[in-house]
Amino acid sequence: MIPATTFASLNWSLALPEIFLACAAMVLLVFGVTRKADPQREVSWLSVLVLAITAALVLAQGGDKAQAFAGLFVLDGFARFVKLMVLLAAGLGIVMSISYLEHEKLSRFEYPVLILLATLGMMMMVSANDLMSLYLGLELQSLSLYVIAAFARDSERSTEAGLKYFVLGALASGLLLYGASLVYGFAGTTNFAAIADVLTRADAAKPPLGVVFGLVFVAAGLSFKVSAVPFHMWTPDVYEGSPTPVTAFFSVGPKIAAVGLFLRVMAGPFAPMLGQWQQLMVLISIGSMALGAFAAIGQSNIKRLMAYSSIGHMGYALIGLAAGTAEGVHGVLVYMAIYLVMNVGTFACILCMRREGRMVEGIDDLAGLARTDPLMALALAIFMFSMAGIPPLAGFFGKLYVFLAAVKAGMWALAIIGVLASVVGAFYYLRIIKVMYFDADAGAFEPRPAALSAVIAGTGAVTTLFFVWPAPLVVAAQAAAATLFGG
Amino acid sequence: MLYIAAVFLPLLGCLLAGLIGQYLNGVWRLVPAGAAGHGHDAHGHDDHAHAHTHGDHGQDDHGHGHDHAPQPGDRFAQMITVLCMAVAALCGVLAFFDVAYAGHARTVTLFTFIDSGSLEVSWALRYDTLSAVMVGMVTVVSTLIHVYSVGYMAHDKTVPRFMAYLSLFTFAMLMLVTADNLVQLFFGWEGVGLASYLLIGYWYERPSAGAAAIKAFLVNRVGDLGFALGIAGVFLLFGSVEFSTIFAAVAEHRDAVVNIAGIEMRTLELLCVLLFIGAMGKSAQLGLHTWLPDAMEGPTPVSALIHAATMVTAGVFMVARLSPLFEYAPNALALVTLVGAATAFFAATVGCVQNDIKRVIAYSTCSQLGYMFFAAGVSAYPAAIFHLFTHAFFKALLFLGAGSVIHAMSDEQDIRRMGGIWRKVPITYTVMWIGSLALAGIPLFAGYYSKDMVLEAAWASHTAHGRIAYFLGIAAAFMTAFYSWRLLLLTFHGTPRADKHVMDHVHESPLVMTVPLMLLAAGAVFAGMAFYESFVGHHFAEFWREAIFIAPEHHAMHDAHDVATWVKKLPLVCALSGIALAYVFYLLRPELPGLIAARFQGLYRFLLNKWYFDELYDAIFVRPSMALGRVLWKGGDGAVIDGLGPDGVAAATRAVAARAVRAQTGFVYHYAFVMLAGLVALVTLWFMLRAG
Repeated sequence: MIPATTFASLNWSLALPEIFLACAAMVLLVFGVTRKADPQREVSWLSVLVLAITAALVLAQGGDKAQAFAGLFVLDGFARFVKLMVLLAAGLGIVMSISYLEHEKLSRFEYPVLILLATLGMMMMVSANDLMSLYLGLELQSLSLYVIAAFARDSERSTEAGLKYFVLGALASGLLLYGASLVYGFAGTTNFAAIADVLTRADAAKPPLGVVFGLVFVAAGLSFKVSAVPFHMWTPDVYEGSPTPVTAFFSVGPKIAAVGLFLRVMAGPFAPMLGQWQQLMVLISIGSMALGAFAAIGQSNIKRLMAYSSIGHMGYALIGLAAGTAEGVHGVLVYMAIYLVMNVGTFACILCMRREGRMVEGIDDLAGLARTDPLMALALAIFMFSMAGIPPLAGFFGKLYVFLAAVKAGMWALAIIGVLASVVGAFYYLRIIKVMYFDADAGAFEPRPAALSAVIAGTGAVTTLFFVWPAPLVVAAQAAAATLFGG
Repeated sequence: MLYIAAVFLPLLGCLLAGLIGQYLNGVWRLVPAGAAGHGHDAHGHDDHAHAHTHGDHGQDDHGHGHDHAPQPGDRFAQMITVLCMAVAALCGVLAFFDVAYAGHARTVTLFTFIDSGSLEVSWALRYDTLSAVMVGMVTVVSTLIHVYSVGYMAHDKTVPRFMAYLSLFTFAMLMLVTADNLVQLFFGWEGVGLASYLLIGYWYERPSAGAAAIKAFLVNRVGDLGFALGIAGVFLLFGSVEFSTIFAAVAEHRDAVVNIAGIEMRTLELLCVLLFIGAMGKSAQLGLHTWLPDAMEGPTPVSALIHAATMVTAGVFMVARLSPLFEYAPNALALVTLVGAATAFFAATVGCVQNDIKRVIAYSTCSQLGYMFFAAGVSAYPAAIFHLFTHAFFKALLFLGAGSVIHAMSDEQDIRRMGGIWRKVPITYTVMWIGSLALAGIPLFAGYYSKDMVLEAAWASHTAHGRIAYFLGIAAAFMTAFYSWRLLLLTFHGTPRADKHVMDHVHESPLVMTVPLMLLAAGAVFAGMAFYESFVGHHFAEFWREAIFIAPEHHAMHDAHDVATWVKKLPLVCALSGIALAYVFYLLRPELPGLIAARFQGLYRFLLNKWYFDELYDAIFVRPSMALGRVLWKGGDGAVIDGLGPDGVAAATRAVAARAVRAQTGFVYHYAFVMLAGLVALVTLWFMLRAG
C-alpha cells in the first residue's frame, strides 16, 4: 500500500526538469499544429532551447540523493550526470537533423517533438527507482523511437526499420516485464531499495530461483536496449534503414540512457546478487566486443558499420559494469561521455556525405576525401583513430578507464580480450582512413551545412584535446559513480 | 673549460653542420615543392634520426643536386666544422701541455648518467697524460683532415652530411679517450663504430660501400661482444666501472678465480682476454681484421681518419688505459703480444702484393697496429702509445697523399696503372716520400724513434713471446720498407702506364689539400724527435705519472735502452735492404716480380687473397648464417609465423566476419529466435557456472 500522501510530500520539485520538458513538448506540439506552413525549423530550434533550459534546471538541482513520488523517482549525482549527457545527445541530434529533414523532404515539426518525448522517457529511466517507473520511462522512450525510426514513411527501408524495431522491442519489453513480475513475485515489492533489502537478507549463495530468472530476463530486456549480444540483431537493420540523423540519435541518446538504467538496476536492487550477474555481464560484454569487431569488417555501408561499432562499444562499456565496482561505474560514465562526443562527430561527417542531391552511405564514397575535403577527412580520421583507441585521443582514455577497472577487479582475462577485440576493431576504423587518404577520388561532396561543420569542429576539438584537460569530466564522473554506490 | 671545449666542440660542429647545413641545402623539406621526381631524393632523408618536420621554407628548392654545384649549406658546414675543430685542436694542444708537462691531471665531472642500484656511471672527462696525448693528437690530425676534406669533397652532393659525420666521428673518439669509466668508454667505442659505419657507407648508392659498411659494423660487433662481456665481468668483480675505483682495487682481486665449464682460471686473465677481444675488433687484429681493407670504400679522408686518429687506435688506447688490469694478467699479455706480432707479420706479407694504393696503406696500418699491440703486450705501453702517436701523423699523411694521387689520376686507384707522374705532382710526391720514410723507420723520421723503441722493448722483455715478437717485427719491418717503396716507385716513377687522357689531366691538388699535407709531413718528420725523450726516454715515468701502470717486475721499458747494438741496428738494416730490394724489383729489373710470382704461384695467390681469410669466414660464418637465415625466413617466419600469425589470423578474421555478416539475415523471426536462444543460453550458462 502506498501511504496516503499530500501534494507537498510528493517532492515533485525534484522532477522539475522532467515536468518542464513534458509541458514544453506539448506546447510545441500545439504550436506546430496551429501553424499553416511547416514550422520544423522553428520548432527544432525551440526544442534545442527547451533542452538547454532543461539542462540548466538539472544543473540547478544540487543536493544529495533524494526521492520523490513515494519512492518511484530518485535524484542523485549519477542521475544528473547521465541526464546531462542525454540532453546533450538530444540537442546535438536535433541540430544535426534540421538541414537533413529539409533536404529529404521530411520536414515535419513532429520530429523534434518526438525527440523531446523520447528524451523525457530517457530522463525518467535514469531516475527510475522502481520497476514500475522503470518500465514507464522505457516505454515512453521506445514508443517515440519506434515512430522516428519509421519517420521517412515513404521509404521502404525506413518503415521496415521501424517495424523491426517495434516488433523486437515489444519482445524485449515482454521479457523485461516477465522478469519484473518474477522479481516482484519473489521479493514482494517493486521498489529498488526494498528489493535490495529482501535480497540482502536472502542466502547469498542460494538466492531464490525465481529472482535469478527474473534477473536474467530483466538483464535481457535491458541488453536489448543497449544492443548487446545476443540481443543486438535489430541494430544493423535499424541503423541502416532509419534516416541518418535518427541513426545518429539512436547511437547515442538511448544508448546512454539504457546504460545508465542498466547501471542503476544492477548496482541498486540487484547489488546483493553481484556474484550472480557478474558472469552474465562478462559473457554479454565479450560477445558484444567480439561481434562488434568481427562483423564490422565485412560491411560496405558506413551506417551499418557504425551499428556494429556501437555494439562493440557497448561491449567495452559493459566491462566497467562487469567489474562491479565504483571504479567500473566511473569507467563506464567516462566511456559513454567520450563515446557520445566521437559518435556524434562521426555521424555529423556521415550526414555530410551528400552527392548530387542524394545521401550516399558507402564506405567507398569516402574515397579520396583527403583531397576533396581535407578538413572533414582529418576530422573523420581523428574520430576513427579515437574509436580505435589510439592515444592521445579521447577514445583511448575511455578504454583505459574501463580496462583499468577490470584489471583492478582482478578480471585480467576480460581486459585482455577487450584489448584483443580492439585490435581487430582497429582494422575497420583504419580502413576508413586508408580509403579517405589513399584511394582514388570518388568525387567531392556537396558543401557542408554550417550546423554540421560546427558540430564536427566542436566534437573533433574535444576528441583531440581531451587529454589536455580531462579533469572536469573525470572528476564529475567520479562523483556521479560514487553516489550510485554510496547510496 | 679547455677540456670540455676540446671534446664537445666537434659535437657542436657536427650538429650545426648536420642540422643547419642540411637545412640550408633543403634536405629537411618533406615534399620537394614542384620538383617531385627531379632527383631531390638524392639528398637522402634517411641520414638523420631526427624526426624533423620543418615545413616548406620555400627557398632555393630547384636545381640543386643535378650538377653537384656548391649549395648554400656546403660552405656553411665546411666553415663551421673546420672552425669548431680548429678551436678544439687548440684547446686539445693546450690541454696536452697543461696536463702532460705542467702535471695538471684532473677529472671534469659533467653529470650523472646512470644511477641504478650499485651501478653508478657518470659523464666525466678524465684528463691524464694518456688522454691528453690522445686528445691532442686526435684533434690536430682530425682538424687537418677536415681542412683537406673541404677540398677533396668539394664536388660532393651532400657536403654538410659528410662534414657532420667527420665531426661526429671525432667527437666519439674524444669521448672514448677521455672516458672516466668503462661505460663511457663503451659509449665512445660504439659511437666510433656508428660513425665509421656511416662514413664507410657514405656513398650509399654503391652496393660495395654498403657491404663494406655492414661488414665493418658486424666484425666490430664480434669484438664488442667480448668487450661488453669484459665490462660486465669487471663490474661483477670490482662492483664498479669507474677506472680509479677499479685500479685501486686490482691488487685485492688479483687472485680471484672463476670456474668456467670445469676449467679454473684467474678472473683477471679472463677479463683481460675478453677486453682484448674488443680491442682486436676495433684495432683490426688478426682474425678480426677483415673489415679494415674493405673500409677503403669510404672517401679517402675517412680512411685517413679511421687509420690515423680515430677508430683503429682505440683498441691500443684501451689496453694502455687498462694497464693496471693487464699488468696482473701475464697470460693475457702474452696473448696480446703474440696476436700483435702475428698481425704485424701477416699484414705486411699481404701488403707486399696488393695493387690498390689504399689497400696497401690499409694493410700497413694493420701491421703497424700489430707493433703497438706487441709493445703493449711486453708492458711497454709508453712505446705503444708513442708509436700510435707518430703513426697518426705519417699514416694520415700517406692516406691524404694517396687521396691526392687518386684525385690527380682521375679516381684511379690501381698502382699498376700509374707511374711516372712525380714531376707533375711535386708536393704530393714529396710528402709521400716523407710518409714512407717515416713508416719504414729511417733515422730522423718519426717512425724510426717509435718503431725502434717498440722492437727494442720487445727484445728487452726477456720472454719467449717477446723474442718471437721481435723477430716477426723485424721481418715485418723489412716488408714494410719493401711495400712502401714498391708503392712509391710504381706510383710516381717508371714509365707512365695510364692512358694519355688521364695523364694529361694529372695535376697538383689545390692549396686547401696540400697545406694539410705539408703540416702532416712536418709532424711525420719531427714528432719522433721532439717527443722521444718525454714519451719513452729514461724518465718516461715522470711524463706518464699515474696514467700508465707498469708492474715493478716488468723491465722492458728500462732495459730497452740498453739492449745489444745489433738489436738496435737490425731494424734499420732490414728497412734499408727492403728499400733496396724494391728498387731492384721495380726500377732496375721490372720483370723480376712477375717471374717470382709465376715461380711461387701458390704463395703469391695465398698472399694476394689475404691468406684466404675472407673466403674462410665466408664458408664458416657467412654462408651457414645465410642458410640458417633463409630457413628461418622462409620456413620459420614465412610459413609458421606469418602463416599462423598475421596471415592466418587475418584470414580467420575474414572468415569469422563473413559468417557474422551472413547471420544477419534480415528476417525478424530469425532475430527474435536469436534473442530467445540467447536468453536460454544465458540462463543455462548461469546454472552451469554455478554448478561448476
